[in-house]
Amino acid sequence: MAEVQEEYAAVVLQAEPTSVLLRELVAHLRQNRTQLREEWARRITEAQLLTAMSKDEIFAEATSVYDNYVEALETETFEALQAYARNLSERIIPRGVETHEVVGIVLLLRDVLARSLFAKYRSDHTKLNRILDAYEPAANRIANTVAVGFVQERERVIRQQQEAIRELSTPVLQVRERLLILPIIGVIDPQRARQLTEQLLHGIRANRAKVVVIDITGVAAMDATVANHLVQTVEASRLLGATVIVTGLSPEIAQTLVNIGVDLGKMNTVGDLQGGIEQAERLLGYKVVPIVEAS
Amino acid sequence: MEVPILKQGDFLIATIQAALTDADLLHLRTALLQQVVRSRSRGVIVDVTALDLMDSFASRTVQEIVHMIRLRGAETVIVGIQPEVAFAMVQLGLTLENVATALDLEEGLAYLNQKSKTIS
Repeated sequence: MAEVQEEYAAVVLQAEPTSVLLRELVAHLRQNRTQLREEWARRITEAQLLTAMSKDEIFAEATSVYDNYVEALETETFEALQAYARNLSERIIPRGVETHEVVGIVLLLRDVLARSLFAKYRSDHTKLNRILDAYEPAANRIANTVAVGFVQERERVIRQQQEAIRELSTPVLQVRERLLILPIIGVIDPQRARQLTEQLLHGIRANRAKVVVIDITGVAAMDATVANHLVQTVEASRLLGATVIVTGLSPEIAQTLVNIGVDLGKMNTVGDLQGGIEQAERLLGYKVVPIVEAS
Repeated sequence: MEVPILKQGDFLIATIQAALTDADLLHLRTALLQQVVRSRSRGVIVDVTALDLMDSFASRTVQEIVHMIRLRGAETVIVGIQPEVAFAMVQLGLTLENVATALDLEEGLAYLNQKSKTIS
């Protein structure tokens, strides 16, 4: 940033201020809008970028990017462009557009415009140099803004998805009045264990549960940390007045737990989920009997 | 702050309404131990719904209350521990061993009723 300002300062000392040069530049870009835009769209197709989009779409997008680009050069403010980049990213990310494509097209535009400047000021080297001095920092900043906007949007989508997966991964289900089931599938890390416990505790309160069956059939491995989290979950549930039954401990997990010496003595364990639910029903005073068909 | 102790049938109900100092807790302990026999109660409910924090002293005192009241011939149940409080307690290793707990007052009463039924 400091460098850019120094550069600006140098230009100002030499001759016309940067803003004048930029104005001239913008006029040039406005004048040759159609031609440059077409050239850019052609180069994009040639480089096989944005393959997920049709030719018409590319052209339409190219037009609005071009106009925003010129506007950013003219006003030297990047907020509008930033908003546009975010909006654009929002639209094209679901269609599978990659980071290199977005960066690629912006750099292509930069290239196309620079070439047109070269062509225009070929005869006047000092002028060309000054124009480039004004153009390059602004163009770099624009490329930066668009790329950062795209990456930020992508990260936002990823975070949102992570959140969604996390929510999905710990459902607390009520199967009978006052009986909750918590099936755990996949890897449990400390963060997930914590979230799981919180969700279960709130579930107990909301559903006024007396018995909870935690099924860990879908948990492949367990270490001391995770086992301790499980013990904590059981203890915390008990403090809320609920009994916890853990089901589906695999032979491997049973062996590991005994080997690492985790004390699961206080835990109520049953072989499979069915057995767990049956025991829970007994605790709650339910009795499930088959309907005998009247003959 | 004094904790009111209410008599409800065969049971005593102590509802903690705000954060208590250590002295208040000890006072509650003495009061409960005296009243439980004086009112010939068979069960005691300590309602901690309003507490958003249970430190080690509070946990230990609660545990002591339960054990002491058992020696005085009555059952105690702690009700209304908040999810966040429960989670914080187990992380500190305060698990209230051998203390009966229930979700809320209603559950606590149901628990004590059942308990006294099995005895009689």
